[in-house]
This record gives sequence, C-alpha cells and structure tokens, in this order.
Amino acid sequence: MESTKEMSVKDQVKAIAGQWRDREGNLIMILHQIQGKFGYVPREVALLLSRELDVPLATIYEVITFYNYFKLEKPGKYNIAVCMGTACYLKGASQILDAVKDLLNIDEGETTPDGMFRLDAVRCLGCCGLAPVIMINDRIYGKVKKEQVMEILAAYKKNKE
Amino acid sequence: MTTTVVLIRDTDSGGADRTRDVHDLFTQKVRDAGLQNEVQVVRAADLGIYNKGMVAKILPQGIVYAGIADADVDDIVTTTLAQKMPVSRLVYCGANEQVRIVMRNCGIVNPECIEDYIARKGYQGIKRALYDLTPEKAIEELKTSGLRGRGGAGYPTWLKWSLARNAFGDRKFVICNGDEGDPGAYMDRSVLEGDPHSVIEGMMIAAYCIGATKGFLYIRAEYPLAIKRVQKALDDAYGTGLLGKDILGTSFCLDLEVRLGAGAFVCGEETALIASVEGKRGTPRPRPPYPSDVGLFGKPTVINNVETFANVSYILLNGAKTFASIGTDKSKGTKVFALTGKIRNSGLVEIPMGTPLRVIIEDIGGGVASGKKILAVQTGGPSGGVIPEQHFDTPVSYEHLLELGSFMGSGGMIVMDEDDCLVDIAKFYLGFCVDESCGKCAPCRIGGFQMLKVLEKITDGKGMPEDLDTLKRIAQAMRKASLCALGQGAPNPIISTMKYFAEEYRQHIVDRKCRAGKCTRLMRFEILDTSCKRCKLCVVNCPVHCIAGDREKGYRIDQEKCIKCGRCFEVCKFEAVARS
Repeated sequence: MESTKEMSVKDQVKAIAGQWRDREGNLIMILHQIQGKFGYVPREVALLLSRELDVPLATIYEVITFYNYFKLEKPGKYNIAVCMGTACYLKGASQILDAVKDLLNIDEGETTPDGMFRLDAVRCLGCCGLAPVIMINDRIYGKVKKEQVMEILAAYKKNKE
Repeated sequence: MTTTVVLIRDTDSGGADRTRDVHDLFTQKVRDAGLQNEVQVVRAADLGIYNKGMVAKILPQGIVYAGIADADVDDIVTTTLAQKMPVSRLVYCGANEQVRIVMRNCGIVNPECIEDYIARKGYQGIKRALYDLTPEKAIEELKTSGLRGRGGAGYPTWLKWSLARNAFGDRKFVICNGDEGDPGAYMDRSVLEGDPHSVIEGMMIAAYCIGATKGFLYIRAEYPLAIKRVQKALDDAYGTGLLGKDILGTSFCLDLEVRLGAGAFVCGEETALIASVEGKRGTPRPRPPYPSDVGLFGKPTVINNVETFANVSYILLNGAKTFASIGTDKSKGTKVFALTGKIRNSGLVEIPMGTPLRVIIEDIGGGVASGKKILAVQTGGPSGGVIPEQHFDTPVSYEHLLELGSFMGSGGMIVMDEDDCLVDIAKFYLGFCVDESCGKCAPCRIGGFQMLKVLEKITDGKGMPEDLDTLKRIAQAMRKASLCALGQGAPNPIISTMKYFAEEYRQHIVDRKCRAGKCTRLMRFEILDTSCKRCKLCVVNCPVHCIAGDREKGYRIDQEKCIKCGRCFEVCKFEAVARS
C-alpha cells in the first residue's frame, strides 16, 4: 500500500516536471502546480523534484522560502486570510483579526489543533472597495463587521464531520 | 411591455430625508395615471450623486432628474413615464469628470468572448500597425501621444521601446507587469478581468515595435479569475490566428504565455520581476544595464504595466492626437485610481490627468462617508506620500504629485478622516515595506527596520524630540543608497507625514497623546465610578489583572500595571471606561 502511494506521488511529480521541462524559467510554475496538487510543498516532493529537474535542493528551497505564496506546512481544511491592506486596515481589519484569533484561539500563521482552520494576515486581496475583507478558501466576505465573524466561522465549523 | 423603474433618493445631506415622502407622492401619481403595472418606484440607497436635492433616475432609459420639487412629479409622470419624453428643465448632466480609455470596454464586453472585443474595434490597432505603419512610425506615434508608464514612475513609453528596438539581441521579449502588489490598488485586476484582450493587443503592438517574438504576462497568483480570463483570452487569440505564426497574414510572429507571481511585493520592480519570470528569487539588481539592453534571459526586454498596454491599443486605434488632447502638458491621457478608505463611494475612477484631487474625492467620491472632517489622502501606495487637505486643489499629474512629496504610483488613493492617526499610518506603511524588503541591500534591510523601531518607540510613548532627526537621517540614506524603488520609496510616507503633520508627531513625543486614539499605548484608561454598574466584565477581561476593587467601593485601574490594551474599554457595556 505504502509503495503504491509513493509511486503515485513520484509519477505526479514526474508528470508535472515533464510538462514544463523544456520551458525556460519553469521552477515557479512547477511549484505552483505542485502546491495546487498537494496544498503545500512537502519535503519529499521537493527532493523528488530536485532529482527530476537536476536542480540543487537549495535552489528549490531558496525560491519556496522567498515567496509568501508557497507553503512548507500542510494547510488547514479552511484557510482564513484576513486582509491587512491599507483600506482594510483603516476600516478596522485589526479588530477583525483579533476576533478571529479569539474565537479560534490561534495566532496568525497557526493552524487549529484539529487541522480545521489556518489563520493568516495577508496584504491586500484586491477588493478594497469591500473593506474590510476576509477570505476563507476561495470565498470572499466583504464589509465584515466584528460581530459577524462568529456567524461566518460557525457555518464552517458545522461542516466538521 | 417593459417595466420602467424609477429610482429616487434625497441627496441633500442636511435636513430631513424627503425620500419617503416623495416616494409616496410618486407612487400616488403613477397610480393616478394608471401606470402602476408598468412603472415601479424604488427608494435607492445611493445613486452616486450628492447634494443635488431630490434625484430620480429613470431606467432603462437612464435619464437622471435632479432638484425635483413636489410640483415636478406630475410633469415627470405625464411626460416621461406616460409619453416617454424627457422633461428637459430637470435633466441632470453631471459634470462628467470621468473619461474611460483604459476601462473603455470594462463592463461592456464579455471578457471571455473575443468576438465582443473585436466588435468594439478590437485588434484594429495592431492591424493598423502591421499594415500601415513601420515599427519606427508606430513608436513615433506613441511619442506624439505622450504616453508615460502607468506603473508609477512615468517613464516615457516610446523611449523605453525605442531603446529596446535599437538594442542588439538575437531574441527580444515583452513582459506585462500584472503583479499589482500595492495594498489599496486594484485597477490592473479590473482590466485583466474585464478586458484582457486590450492588454494582449497592447503587448502585440509592443512586440511588433521592438521586434520581440515571445512575451509573458506576469500575474499575481492571488488573482485567480484574472489568470483564468487571460488564459482564455490567449487561447481564443491563438484560435483565431491573432497569436502564433504569420499573424494577420504578415510575417509577424508572437507567442504569449502566462507566468504567475507568488506573493512578493518587490517583484513589481522590473529587474526583480525578470528574475521571477526566470524562475528565481525575485530580487532586484543594480541598473544600468537597463532591461531594454539586458533583460529577461539577458536579452533586450520591454516591461510595461497592464494599464500602459491597455492605453497602447487605444492610441493605435484612435490616433495619437486624440489621446494627446486629453490631460496636461507633460502628463497625457487618463489615469485610473482606486478610491478607497473612508470615502462614501469607493471604487475605480478614471479621470483625465490634471483633474484636481478635490474633484475626485468630493464630486466623484462623494466625500467622507462618516461626515467627519477629511484629513488627508494617500497616493502611491507604500512608496507614496500623504497629501493634506489644503493641497486638494492640486491637479493630478506625475509632476504635481512629486512636488507635493508623493507620487503617482500604480494609482491607489486612500482617503483618511480625523479618526486616523498619521503616525500610525506611517508605521503601517513602513511595516509593509520592512516585511516585503527582499533583504538584498543593506540600506533597505537595516534602514527600514531601524526606522520602524523608532516609530514604534514614538507610538509607545517613549519618543524623544531627537528621534525625528534620526528618522530624517536614515530616510536620507535609504533614498540615496537603496538598490530599487522599494527601499528608495519606503521613507516617503514618514517624510511626507512629518512635513505636513509635524504637530501630530509633536503631540506623540512631547504631550504623549494620540489625537485619534489609535496609539493605545498613549491612552489612559479610567473607570468612571458614577456610570459603573459593578458588573466586573472589565475585571474578568483584563489580561494583566490590573483592575481591583469590590462591589461597594467600585473598581480602579492600576495605572502602573496597565498595558493599555483597551480591552476594558471595548467590553464595557455602560461606557463606564473613559479613554483619554
């Protein structure tokens, strides 16, 4: 069982690398596809990729750690991004962030122990007209009030099963 | 029979709101005329028109009447609603301040349908360039138009292209910078999502002019819809033969490809962006050599912003003269601004260069939402500056904004009212730049951090008058010695707030007070014995247990222990905690 799973990860990495192998400047695009598939960049995948592309592991890690978008840890089931862009900041995003922290009892950059929620403070989601904004997975909530945070999170907590 | 909808709203901010009365009157008159099945009268929350009395907007015709008195309602019902004729004396022609060039198709064409764009004379600009103009002539056309880069610095577009054209290289590239990282700006996203073909056409023209055969659209990974639509637009363009080999029956070939950003603000800088497209860490390098000589993969490269490319396709279609007739002497055309913050009408506005700030903020934006006094507007994002209210009559152009110590930037325009603390805002922007500094050069990496420490000291109530000189000295060093615009621009918010709001800094340092109450460390919290209901909510919530007392004697805050977190102030239901 274990070995077939190993194989499939290897094949997946191979497939992604093969698709991009001949294109110049491909590393970031490959990492995007890997993160799209696994949700983050696991160490063993980075190792496989290093062998597959014949690029030192350090080069791959150099890129992963430079860019905010790439994650080295497994994300939560629901990823909460609280926008801290200027417009949101002026309209009280820090209070929203505090409310989420209080409710979930985690800090920014942390995941709840059950792996349900991960909280991040991000820079501008590009919908400043709706400030303050939070995003849960791909869903945007605009003009959020502090009092609504509990209600919004409750809907996700229900899906816990 | 189509239904006519009448939206009404009393737009006078002072006095009683007459919307409901007029709504009732309207409904009555409509019923009297027997039109109740065809006409629907609706009270609107906001029509985007302010201080023009009673306003009615008739849909689908789109007629707007302003300053309606009760006696006029009859006329509107009998003439416009019954006979479909306008009542000319009431018609409102807003001073139409906005001119749509970049966003000419946004909201009009279906962005996922190439035929829609073509029907709006799309791809006629590249056709004209290919058939009627040589690359030199096309560059000449851009020179006449006076178009300057919309990414912020305002470098003349034609000059960039002409340098890349004359540079030697076996391959040349064109890149579209869609890494819109400025917090508070989202015009590039709107163009990419609303009219991707106009950007693609602009890139084709650039490629033709400099002789490039390959191009990349670098888009933030945070904009999934923009990525999807641009990809669809590229596929459609390939499908119709507008990209690929022998475009439009000529020998012109071009391949375009989407590359994703990965959340690094510094990648908006052109040399950092090039490194990122190459798949490396996005760190800038010293210039010269400029990308027009040594760019992507070491080859001559033209990088322009999304908005610039959308302008290029307009210029080639409508001619340079049409474009140059809009704007000021040195800044031609229009600029899209993202108007956000404490403004009533937040959103994107496209105005001709030279429009005064006041028109944008008060006439288009409708002023401050809360009705409070407007304090300042911030332009140019984290590298820009703050412009105080007394300079709002300045026309918007590259030169004028620079004179005021701010700059155009990508076009964020953030309005602040008297509830905002400028020292806190300066700290916020600097914090952003410190976070996003790539760490390659010392002035930016160390200078930014040290300035942030000094600012924190000031907002914590430990500031000294000489701290201001320290800030100025570090700012000077960062401006002169940083490698790229991120470090050079990072001190701007601080320097401009120190220039225009010196009094606020003085208050923080000497009086240890924050006018807006944003710097909680400078606050003093006290329990008002007379309003206190002894509910103990503050006692329970205080994280450092500094509130003591009992039901008889009341509760007190131990000022020595208090960490000024403001928790007691927030939780008190009886306003019995005073903040000063």
